[in-house]
Amino acid sequence: MNKIVLGLLLGAVLGAIDGGTAWFTPAVRPAIVGIIFGSTFKGLIAGVAAGIFARKVNSVPLGILFGLFVGFVLAFVVAYLQHGYYFEIILPGSIVGGLVGWATQRYGAPSTATAPAR
Amino acid sequence: MTGFLNDKAVERLRSVGALPEFSGTRYVLMDFLARGGMGTVYAAQDKTLNRRVAIKVLDSSDHCNALEERLLREARVLAQLEHPGIVPVHDAGTLADGRVFYVMKFVEGSRVDQFLNNVSSLFERLRLFLRICETVSFAHSRGILHRDLKPSNVMVGAFGEVLVMDWGLAKILQPDSAGRFEETLGSSEPLCTGVTGDSETQITSATEDGVILGTPGFMSPEQAQGKSSSLDARTDIFSLGKLLEAILKQAKSTTAVRVPRALRAICQKAAAESLSGRYASVSELAEDISRYLDGMPVSAYRENLWERAQRFYTRYQAAILLITAYLLMRAIVVFFGRH
Repeated sequence: MNKIVLGLLLGAVLGAIDGGTAWFTPAVRPAIVGIIFGSTFKGLIAGVAAGIFARKVNSVPLGILFGLFVGFVLAFVVAYLQHGYYFEIILPGSIVGGLVGWATQRYGAPSTATAPAR
Repeated sequence: MTGFLNDKAVERLRSVGALPEFSGTRYVLMDFLARGGMGTVYAAQDKTLNRRVAIKVLDSSDHCNALEERLLREARVLAQLEHPGIVPVHDAGTLADGRVFYVMKFVEGSRVDQFLNNVSSLFERLRLFLRICETVSFAHSRGILHRDLKPSNVMVGAFGEVLVMDWGLAKILQPDSAGRFEETLGSSEPLCTGVTGDSETQITSATEDGVILGTPGFMSPEQAQGKSSSLDARTDIFSLGKLLEAILKQAKSTTAVRVPRALRAICQKAAAESLSGRYASVSELAEDISRYLDGMPVSAYRENLWERAQRFYTRYQAAILLITAYLLMRAIVVFFGRH
């Protein structure tokens, strides 16, 4: 599995789990399905970005930092659109990005150059 | 005082007289470099190609046919072993004064033990050791045993290249598939008596089975007993174990870091007294080192539950910390959300 696919899958799974934790906040429980979808999509984008970064830069600390940054930006946009829950959305979103950044650095096959077909 | 010459002048005349005579060759003597297993290594200038080379010349004092043959064999062995970790040989021949020599690439760098004085990271040291293993493993795959692996025979070049030097005591186990190395060293290798190499290497008196070749502290028990006919790859593995031990001991003294038990176990297994107790091949030893570097369990050491947990934590430290931070933060959010 290459790093981008790994980032995509892991980002989606962790994003869905992260969205699912909103169930513990009673105030937003009625909107849980929308939150899970949104969070999954957010994780998916962060995962692809982290995967692309991992193909270009080979450094675990930089991968984590990049994931944290992308997760932070995406979560900030979501929280901004929600007009609230900044702390509850941004912090976990950033950490999920960091986790995906770590995983794409450690695992997944690096890009392989293929010879053009003649 | 000797006549009208003082002791210093006599000593100088003696050293100049001992210098090899390069007239009639394309090389110009430049500098003394080191004393090797059988001869002295000089820096010289290749006039034809206008480059610096290193030339190993047989010591005149140790002059005998067997040693000449051994030096030429060393050159032939080196010439066949084309590997980035082995110094390439350019030329070989006999000087005007009758001394045998061979010419090799001039390597700028330092001995591995001197180089490691400036390397504090244990991981860097182990990676360097792995490169020594690669070279020795390559030689073994060509049917060659080094038999004198020690810190002074490993050099690190100016660009970080690791070179295994001084193949003067190399033993040819078998011809390879290409049919090279048809000559083999038998159990009773012919040698001049009383021959010594550099300050550490010893070539001493014959035993029933052969002669004792190697360096005390690094040579295997079977080498020390002169059982040259029963030597195999595990003889070099013993020396590699001792070499690793020296590298780790040096790391301990320079960084005051305790050598992990797994690494100590690898050293012990590599340098086990009995042949059967050692790694079967250099690649097996290298694999254990690689596994240690990757945070995996090593074959030489059976770890307990606590050590396993520690290794697991070290290996996945970043992920464990991130997950812990996430869970902690989620718990705080839930807690404050309810109150």
